[in-house]
Amino acid sequence: MSTEAAAVSTSYREALTQAMREELERDPDVFLIGEDIGLFEGSFKVTRGLLGEFGPDRVIDTPISEAGFVGLGIGAAMAGLRPVVELMTVNFAIVAMDQIVNNAAKIRYMFGGQVSVPLVIRMPGGAGHQLGAQHSHSLEAWFTHVPGLKVACPSTPYDAKALLKTAIRDDDPVIFLESEGLYAKKGPVGGPDDLVPFGQAAIRRTGQHCTVIAVSRMVWIALDAADTLAAEGIECEVVDPRTTRPLDMDAIADSVRRTNHCVVVDEGWPECGLASNIATRVYEECFDWLDAPVQRVNAADVPIPYARNLEQSALPHAHDVAAAVRATLARGA
Amino acid sequence: MAEEAPVVKDTTVTPPGADAELMQRMFATMHLIRTFEERAAEEYMRGNIGGFLHLAIGEEAAVVGSVLALRPTDPITSTYREHGQALARGSEPRAVMAELFGRETGLCHGHGGSMHLMDRERFFFGGYGIVGGSIPLAVGLGFAISYRQEDGVALVMFGDGATNQGVLGESMNMAKLWSLPVIFFCLNNQYGMGTAVDRASADTQLTKRADAFGIPAHRIDGMDVLAVQQAVSDAAHHARTQHDPVMIEAIAYRYRGHSMSDPDRTRPEDEKARWRARDPLVTFERILLGEGLVTAEELAAVRDANQAAVDDAVAFANDSPPVPETALADDVYTDPWSDDSRGSARMPRRSE
Repeated sequence: MSTEAAAVSTSYREALTQAMREELERDPDVFLIGEDIGLFEGSFKVTRGLLGEFGPDRVIDTPISEAGFVGLGIGAAMAGLRPVVELMTVNFAIVAMDQIVNNAAKIRYMFGGQVSVPLVIRMPGGAGHQLGAQHSHSLEAWFTHVPGLKVACPSTPYDAKALLKTAIRDDDPVIFLESEGLYAKKGPVGGPDDLVPFGQAAIRRTGQHCTVIAVSRMVWIALDAADTLAAEGIECEVVDPRTTRPLDMDAIADSVRRTNHCVVVDEGWPECGLASNIATRVYEECFDWLDAPVQRVNAADVPIPYARNLEQSALPHAHDVAAAVRATLARGA
Repeated sequence: MAEEAPVVKDTTVTPPGADAELMQRMFATMHLIRTFEERAAEEYMRGNIGGFLHLAIGEEAAVVGSVLALRPTDPITSTYREHGQALARGSEPRAVMAELFGRETGLCHGHGGSMHLMDRERFFFGGYGIVGGSIPLAVGLGFAISYRQEDGVALVMFGDGATNQGVLGESMNMAKLWSLPVIFFCLNNQYGMGTAVDRASADTQLTKRADAFGIPAHRIDGMDVLAVQQAVSDAAHHARTQHDPVMIEAIAYRYRGHSMSDPDRTRPEDEKARWRARDPLVTFERILLGEGLVTAEELAAVRDANQAAVDDAVAFANDSPPVPETALADDVYTDPWSDDSRGSARMPRRSE
């Protein structure tokens, strides 16, 4: 990341806007639909300027009807359009889960491949702004659980743009999980034809002592932890899967077989979570190579509280990751 | 209690004599569906059909009148009680029966079953198993028509039960707000599984759901195929030319329980008898003969042809090979990746 920091910077938010603008220009079948994305320019201003550029037929403000307009997007996608649906936050996806799980994910399969659903559903998630229990979800695991969906979780501006472009051009439904905490994060971005394929992890930092697998905003706390640990002589390899479905298990296994230690970090809850799943797959594929049990770093197993100190206590931090790395290395073979 | 006398509104029951061919086709299609579904019930009892099997016997007029009122390219979505929609759209009885049998030769290659038929080539966009869940999909199909400035109409068929799902209101609101050509066709068979409409709905005039959004709505006799055909033709004309949604509530009755696993013990026997006395096929046959639109011999030929088609469909399904095991993961994605994460296959040893 240090090399990127020096380059010309675009925010994660602007990177997403660029991706949508370029895809709207490229393909007339692409349209945007969601709550307050047009006139209001998005709750997080990700769609800033697009209504003016593309007009109300392609940048569509909706009523507060998540199940309804997600379902509309699925139907339009079945007819061959390429809707990019914005859910104001991941929390409101829960209202639309029937449409996402029962329709978007199933239609291609249960109808024997007669139609596909080239749909993107974008939404920010994550906690950290004292928004309380109902507005602080990290639901990567819910979506990743479901065959028929693809799940992208970009951690950098470059990936935000390139993965969103890949998602829009993909013929299957993609759940595109942005992180509220990363919208202002700056870094370089690619051009109109720079795509990142799904299922290809990025090694964010190389190291020989412990593999740290982290998604979305957690990549950054993992890198902070790696800096801290480097001062102690511990070199971490930070692996960012970039998409959790498909998951680049080859890259993960390759790293773990070299470091023989593994820590998995995700902002969701610990039970039946993303980290649990990745840890299981590491056990299956790297059992003989592991010198210690895999460590998970997650949010506390509680609804996310409001009070600042409690909220911070509930969320994973760099020091939690560093502690987990030290623990797995101390455990030994 | 179920409806006693459906209110016929804004429709004509006078046979349009000029459309003799259409009327013959409507009878033939209703009879095909009846024959097909009665046989499907037998095959279910024989164990040839698994899962749920929801029959629309008694509802054929609503199914056929609505589907045949549309252009063949107008997209349709339906519920899990949708064999009739597929057959009315022209899906091969062989392919429909083979899907019920769970065979490779089925419409959906055995991935769907009775509840999930689709025939994309015929613009039948599928049967869906969650009550109300397909309503916004049809609004999306209507949206696509509007987006591309085409002149199609999307029709979504749902039951009385679905009117109590919130997504219906969301869908109607969007369709009206954005002037989308969508027909909300409520096939009110008067029971959501075993619960009568008046035990589930504070107001049993279901067309009032549309009133809230300024959507014109018509309550019609769903046992009368001509009334249904006329109402849907009018609705389609309105939606096509005015770019405006319409709701139709067709009152009908299903003769059997909710599905094959429902012994139908809670609906009153006299009620069932009363509705069976208004059988849509018998009624329509009387009209056709009375108006001199068909001869008894012609009707007999239609019956024989349908019986032969259904016999052939069952024989075809029976003779079709099972779905190959290799098709298990087909069509999950358009670009499948090889990642069977079930552990037993992937436990490498370090020595390897």
